[in-house]
Amino acid sequence: MVYLDDKDIEQRILAEVADIHTTPTGAYNIRVNGKAQSRNSTANIQITSREDGSGININIKDGTRNETCCIPVVIAASGHKETVTNEFFIGEDCDVVIVAGCGIHNCGSQDSEHHGMHRFHVGKNSHVKYLERHYGETEHGTSGGNIMNPSTELFLEEGAHVEMETTQIRGIDSTRRSTSAEVKAGASIVIKERLLTNGTQFAESDLTARLIGEDSSANIISRSVATDNSRIKFVSNIVGAAPCSGHTECDAIIAGDAKVLAVPALDADHPDAALIHEAAIGKIAGEQLMKLETLGLTAEEAEAAIIDGFLK
Amino acid sequence: MLTVKNLRYDVADEELGQVDIIRDITMEVPDGQFVVITGPNGGGKSSLAKCIAGVYHPTGGRILFGEQDITDLSITERARLGISFAFQQPVRFKGIEVFDLLKLASGDKTLSVGAACQYLSEVGLCAKDYINREVDASLSGGELKRIEIATVLARKSRLSIFDEPEAGIDLWSFSNLIRAFEKIKSETNGSIVIISHQERILEIADRIVVIERGLVKAQGTKEEILPGLLGTDSAYPSCHMADQEGGAF
Repeated sequence: MVYLDDKDIEQRILAEVADIHTTPTGAYNIRVNGKAQSRNSTANIQITSREDGSGININIKDGTRNETCCIPVVIAASGHKETVTNEFFIGEDCDVVIVAGCGIHNCGSQDSEHHGMHRFHVGKNSHVKYLERHYGETEHGTSGGNIMNPSTELFLEEGAHVEMETTQIRGIDSTRRSTSAEVKAGASIVIKERLLTNGTQFAESDLTARLIGEDSSANIISRSVATDNSRIKFVSNIVGAAPCSGHTECDAIIAGDAKVLAVPALDADHPDAALIHEAAIGKIAGEQLMKLETLGLTAEEAEAAIIDGFLK
Repeated sequence: MLTVKNLRYDVADEELGQVDIIRDITMEVPDGQFVVITGPNGGGKSSLAKCIAGVYHPTGGRILFGEQDITDLSITERARLGISFAFQQPVRFKGIEVFDLLKLASGDKTLSVGAACQYLSEVGLCAKDYINREVDASLSGGELKRIEIATVLARKSRLSIFDEPEAGIDLWSFSNLIRAFEKIKSETNGSIVIISHQERILEIADRIVVIERGLVKAQGTKEEILPGLLGTDSAYPSCHMADQEGGAF
């Protein structure tokens, strides 16, 4: 195993995954190469190590509002493999932003892997914005792969609202993402996923939202771009087990010899469950490229502008 | 000055064999002039506009822009020389906002919101309602058409080509569109080419070119050409449009 002790790389990856440029304010826990590098709790947000050493627990007090908790992970190593469990206990009537994310800088020929499990217990009437960004880079001339398999479980109490945004743009060779949510009465969840694969990368995302309470709702929006010889598989499943509303939308742009499989599923277990799914996969339309070319962009610039907009 | 010399454009059709869309067109667009190209449907007007913009590649003849022969240049190269083209059926983009498109059109990544809003106001759109809208299926045909025209305005081109700007929009939007073109005509320094059947657009032309069956049937000043067109398929009164749209007010 090769570890790098390079503060510049560490800082760059922190900026990529969590927009951290200096010491963050508020509660944070920065994990580098498997160890807690720095941590800060606040009066309302307590971060503690789990007893079995597998990760951290984050306890957020009832009524905590306008606070941020940031827990990025950096791996600057080749051959480093870790499994981390982080559990969030969010009280009632909170309004918080949680920023997670993992970045790998692989400097050698061995694969580096991060398996992260995030479990959220969201209290009644709390609002949570959860941002997760994955980033990978490989040193020139090295062959080690970057592998990330994140798993997220969310339990929403009555009236809770969660907005989850995940972004993975290039650099991760293999991903198997699993997300599940259980949504009680009056609670709602919005999941936005952005994914771009290139080269021979593979990404799979499997999302399930179970709407178990009256007037619960879920909106799952996935936009992905697969280029070169990469592959993306997207599975979304909304289960309506109560009078509820659910919507899932999967849009993918495909280029080169890439392959995309989209499997949207709706499972209405209640007569008053209103569920919708939409899925579309296609190449960038020739007319779109042509329009941007008439504005003076080259074909390559036009394609980049279309993809940037699509994944915004 | 744009000069089109003996232009030809034909396509291969599986059933009909070779189809001559443009058989022989020679015409000029003098600097600073407002030129309307009209004529019956299927006569080759849109194909001519697309040949000028580089969207179609002519099978014969030459196109000169100023002194430069642009016949073999790409769409991008022509755009960079100062030719803009507003599509008859504007394209939609998921995720790209109106502001993004105006920034791309102006070539200025730092374009201010105020400047972008000005372009939208010029085409009769309430700027603050549209600037952050995505250019996607949530926009109506009329809204999209006006945004398309705003992107051409933002380019401040030497030559702006509009392919049937009135197609697919309701009469109310059409009135705004006419006002927008009147304003463009009075303020712009560049040349403008509009493909249109509409009498109200023909009335603001400096020159009119009538294209029929791939040939120039007539060309000259508005005063020379328009009287002969009134009441024909080349000059619809705007009420004709209301009939076509099912009286869409």
